[in-house]
Amino acid sequence: MSIQPLPSFKGFGVTLRQIFRKPITQQYPEYKRPVYPRFRGRHRLNLHDNGLEKCVGCSLCAAACPADCIRVVAAENTPDNRVSAGERYARIYEINMSRCIFCGYCELACPFDAITLGNDYELSEYHRDDQIYTKEMLLAPPVKQTPVAEREPYDTPEPVWKTDS
Amino acid sequence: MNEPWWISLIKAFVIANLVLGAFAYLTLIERKVLARMHMRYGPNRVGPFGLLQPIADLIKLLRKASFFPAAGVDVLYVIAPALAGFTAIAAFAVIPWGPGWTIGDYYISGAVVDVPISLLLVFALGALGVYSFVIGGWASESKYSLLGSMRTCAQLVSYEVSFGLAVLGVVIMAGSLQLTEIVHEQQASMWYAAPQIVGFLCFFVAGVAETNRAPFDLPEAEQELVAGYHTEYGGMRFGLFQTAEYINMITLSALGVTLFFGGWSGPVLPGPIWFLLKLAIFIFVFMWLRATLPRLRYDQLMSLGWKVLLPVATLNAVVTAILVVAL
Repeated sequence: MSIQPLPSFKGFGVTLRQIFRKPITQQYPEYKRPVYPRFRGRHRLNLHDNGLEKCVGCSLCAAACPADCIRVVAAENTPDNRVSAGERYARIYEINMSRCIFCGYCELACPFDAITLGNDYELSEYHRDDQIYTKEMLLAPPVKQTPVAEREPYDTPEPVWKTDS
Repeated sequence: MNEPWWISLIKAFVIANLVLGAFAYLTLIERKVLARMHMRYGPNRVGPFGLLQPIADLIKLLRKASFFPAAGVDVLYVIAPALAGFTAIAAFAVIPWGPGWTIGDYYISGAVVDVPISLLLVFALGALGVYSFVIGGWASESKYSLLGSMRTCAQLVSYEVSFGLAVLGVVIMAGSLQLTEIVHEQQASMWYAAPQIVGFLCFFVAGVAETNRAPFDLPEAEQELVAGYHTEYGGMRFGLFQTAEYINMITLSALGVTLFFGGWSGPVLPGPIWFLLKLAIFIFVFMWLRATLPRLRYDQLMSLGWKVLLPVATLNAVVTAILVVAL
């Protein structure tokens, strides 16, 4: 065991100096750090410009989901009840957020860009039942808005980690 | 110059509560200081500047279920944390806060009880406190607790020796075991930190180990081991062990101030203020130590205690004795 007293005492100077520096902690609930533009958060179901749903109830997202958290029950569109642009629509569309792993496979699987992953990550609930998001919740614009960082610095043809290191 | 018994009682009540209150807010201050040294904020959510954090912690600990290991030894399991808390607070009874005052017809001494063997009493209570760790670990009837308590005791017993020897130099110089007398002697000559610098360093290192503080906090070693002797404790019983550790730290700092830095003596300001100021600096150094040094390995701990600290402390005591006789 070699004892090195002097380097140890230098350490005391280092720790003492930190007291007079500003802490780098981000005070979370007050300050929300902007997420990356491609951050995968809470899902959204999208609408066409004319108000019709993009989702046609094909269940490809449910098939692609590795966590098996999406449930789709489709129904036929009728002339007097036209919900989506296609032949059928999703009568029930539920995502169990307590199982979702935010992999984004549903987004990739969807042929109509009906389901996309948004940026919101504050998804805590007091009851497990509340974690099952219904179609209405997913269609509506999200209640909590998450700040998103500028797209420019991150959305480059070359990945950031290749050019910036 | 004797004081009536009820003054001691009032003083005991005041000081016990003062120490407990100081302990509660010391936990907050320690977390804040450590956080600043890590460039964090520390607790700042409960109340303004997190000032209600100790109270929130207390309520949390009190409301937790006071569970009981099924195979544990009931009485000893309950007694152990109480013993730890008792010895920690009781040791503070002999720490002098000032030279003593005369108010009206009554003389009030600086300590709760000013006995001629006060230094010995502190050591005796400290040694008694070790039993709470032994009993607590053993009565839990869990192998991790037992191993933890053995680890703790091996450390405490081996450092207790150097701890006592380090103080011997001061006792020889002052010619008394009475803490007030030692402070008076320092006022007459100088603070013993200067002539007893080796003794002070030994006292400090051994003291840090005695109070289970980083870098000697192997009894707990929260990052790599199961908690140690209090693995099976929860709620306020666990809280009592923590209380005892913190109060031991305060007591040790107070002892260091009294023995080596002239206790309450100082210009202009009244005695207790000086005492508290020196105490605060001492405790800050404890926190600083924790933020800076990594934990020792167990074999390093043992070899430092027996191969470095014990010979140096012994030599210091011998040299001091020879010098005191010769001069």
